[in-house]
Amino acid sequence: MSATREVDVLVVGAGPAGLAAAARLAAAGVGRVEVLDREQEAGGVPRHCAHGGYGTLLHPLTGPAYARLLITAAERAGAVVRTGVTALDWAGPLALHTVGPRGPETIGARAVVLATGARERPRAARLVPGTRPAGVYTTGELQQAVHLYGQRIGSRAVVVGAEDVSYAAADTVRTAGAAVVAMTTDLPRARTAPARALDTRLRRGIPLLTGTTVTELVGHGRLSGVRVRHHDGRTATLPCDTVVFTGDFVPDHELARRGGLTLDAGTRGPAVDGSLHTSRPGVFAVGSVLHAVESAATAAREGAHAAGAVLERLAGAERHEGVPLIAEPPLCRIVPNRVTPGDRLPYVLRTATPLTRPVLRVTQNGRLLHRERRWTPTALPNRTLTLTAGWTGRVDPKGGPVRVTIS
Amino acid sequence: MTYDVAVVGAGVVGCAIARALARHPRLRVALVEAQDDVGQGTSKANTAILHTGFDAVPGSLEARLVREGGRLLAAYAAESGIPVEEVGALLVAWDEEQFAALPRLAEKAERNDHHATGLIGPADLYEREPHLGPGALAALHVPGESVICPWTTTLAYATQAVRHGVDLHLNSRVERASRQDDTHVLTTGRGTLRARWLVNAAGLYADTLDRHLGHHDFSVTPRRGQLLVFDKLARDLVRHILLPVPTALGKGVLVAPTVHGNVLLGPTAEDLDDKRATGSTADGLALLREKGRRILPGLLDEEVTAVYAGLRAATEQDDYRISAHPEQAYVTVGGIRSTGLTASLAIAEHVTGLLTEAGLDAGSARDLEPARMPNLGEAFPRPYQRPELIAADPEYGTLVCHCERVSRGEIRDALTSTIPPAGLDGLRRRTRARAGRCQGFYCGAAVRALFEGVGE
Repeated sequence: MSATREVDVLVVGAGPAGLAAAARLAAAGVGRVEVLDREQEAGGVPRHCAHGGYGTLLHPLTGPAYARLLITAAERAGAVVRTGVTALDWAGPLALHTVGPRGPETIGARAVVLATGARERPRAARLVPGTRPAGVYTTGELQQAVHLYGQRIGSRAVVVGAEDVSYAAADTVRTAGAAVVAMTTDLPRARTAPARALDTRLRRGIPLLTGTTVTELVGHGRLSGVRVRHHDGRTATLPCDTVVFTGDFVPDHELARRGGLTLDAGTRGPAVDGSLHTSRPGVFAVGSVLHAVESAATAAREGAHAAGAVLERLAGAERHEGVPLIAEPPLCRIVPNRVTPGDRLPYVLRTATPLTRPVLRVTQNGRLLHRERRWTPTALPNRTLTLTAGWTGRVDPKGGPVRVTIS
Repeated sequence: MTYDVAVVGAGVVGCAIARALARHPRLRVALVEAQDDVGQGTSKANTAILHTGFDAVPGSLEARLVREGGRLLAAYAAESGIPVEEVGALLVAWDEEQFAALPRLAEKAERNDHHATGLIGPADLYEREPHLGPGALAALHVPGESVICPWTTTLAYATQAVRHGVDLHLNSRVERASRQDDTHVLTTGRGTLRARWLVNAAGLYADTLDRHLGHHDFSVTPRRGQLLVFDKLARDLVRHILLPVPTALGKGVLVAPTVHGNVLLGPTAEDLDDKRATGSTADGLALLREKGRRILPGLLDEEVTAVYAGLRAATEQDDYRISAHPEQAYVTVGGIRSTGLTASLAIAEHVTGLLTEAGLDAGSARDLEPARMPNLGEAFPRPYQRPELIAADPEYGTLVCHCERVSRGEIRDALTSTIPPAGLDGLRRRTRARAGRCQGFYCGAAVRALFEGVGE
């Protein structure tokens, strides 16, 4: 086995969360902060999101520009960003086996930050029946094909999904010179800003088929059509040579699982407390691997937040066990999902069903800790719901699980 | 030019036959395939098991060829670098009726020359398979049953055949076959091909070709098998090939590890009349998930990486339909079902024997240069795990497909190999690029760029 090289903090994944953590750590004076990314370029998913929506209101950016900004910030602060290097598996509690063009290397660290991101569920995992023709994409593959490689994608596409990422996929299809035949969703309406949905439908003439399920892919060699079924039982075949399955993100949790870290049942990512500390002392997790997916800004905020906890850890602080934090149905997940008195990071939640004027209640052993009315009139699936953290000081660290419910 | 022998069908059986004939330097051999790659029919979508033949019909041709072929292929795999894992099988009895059938199956195995099976009780069974669903009564342990890479096997045969002078004609669907002056004339989509001897290994279409030659011995009814492949993170859930106890309705649904480090659930068995119906169906997938939940409940929590459906070439007979027609200088190799992968080398020996008996003068034979195939098996070191390889060529340390850990070096090698892939699916079968849990979310565009020759 190769000798172990030691660094102070090893960050796995050079997307917004990992780069933000590295920048903050290096800026705080940590000596050797190293970020690994298995791709040839750092930046994570924003690399291929050619659309805007990144940065701040006053300083809006496209995905690639945002990625460059984060890389520059991390490197200027003194972090080392190494691309084309894959973290394969754990070599010890705080050490990883890696491989790259220069061969295998084992890297040990005083703290490890997992920022391994998320991916969309592809067609196979969604169990969409039919043949296995060419022309079947996820948004991630489509964006890379079009924006990074300039590949041809076909001429008529169906986009499966009607949330923000689906509309981004539709834009990419059009950038590639192809037409969007239709967008489909099994939900009753689009899950994006109404103006965007309206603009796509009316100005661009892309029909949105609501309450519609893709039941089969048709075609030998190349896709020739997509069979759909409306919830009232009507069926149709949409002729097309390309289909894009969008959304339905899942965390890329392979390293977390290989390391035996405790996973959260709601997110399928590693379970973390308010410091974004995982079940293993010294291992932190940030970004989309925790909640597939929230915005890049949320990921970057978590990266910076975890950096603070890593610094405390390097200074000798212990990990607090905390108690589980459980989001009760219709809520389907909450991050962080363990809580320690004094945690300050706001919580991000998702609901499985639309909610009108939701009131969030936080209880422990039947005792009300906090009650919070949302300022938004409704909470929708695929949209972020937040909960402040001001109540965590009232948590009994020796008590039972803390529950978040809707009343 | 007239070939000595034309083999129609470059599936695992046709490729094995072409390879066997390539041992004879004086023979000019053509391997004729309708599709754009070898192994594109039944051979690419099977259960990837190297059988012992313990459950074949004793005394049948299939029983003999599977038994012999299994031994030949195990040795060939070791020589060629085809991944094989001898995991053994457990025939699990879930009710009293199945439990009662186990001794008969043990007895049948004996008659098939398999003397090592053993009945095991529930305690032993759950110790061997801790994730097995509740309620199993007992099992018959069948040592020797193995899993193998079906794509590498077919490709190894074809590669060796081509390197020893066989002409591989892809995209050459045989549209007509006739005989003129003791010569077979095959009209294909890419021109006319002449051969003195003809071997029909056309799989699903073997009956059609047989009829061109005037025979009506059998008809092929495609039997669809749908399968689900689960992610590598599921691999630890199962150690053996978990077989159901066969019933009158067929062999049933199995759960098996794959040499690629995945877990397979399937197949269904649906008799159809469309030989192109290689699509999966909602009903088929629902059935598999229901069966899988019983056998290995934890499996259904894992991500599915692939869904596929293959068509087995079932006939009205239970046995293989291999027959020589010496007067026509013609051999039919029909009705080769899911055991064809295991039996392929023995079928090739058998067919070569039939040809020479019928009068083919093959001349002297030579040993073939072994084909060393790239390893796709997780039980053996993959290129990214071989420091010496990466030191010699850093391209083997540059991973492109992250889920399956496929390096740029392996993709380059496949693209410049003896039988290069015609498309991304062919590249996937040769390297596993895009075969993992993300199905190309991360690497799809990069792999395609390499395939199209514009990457870097």
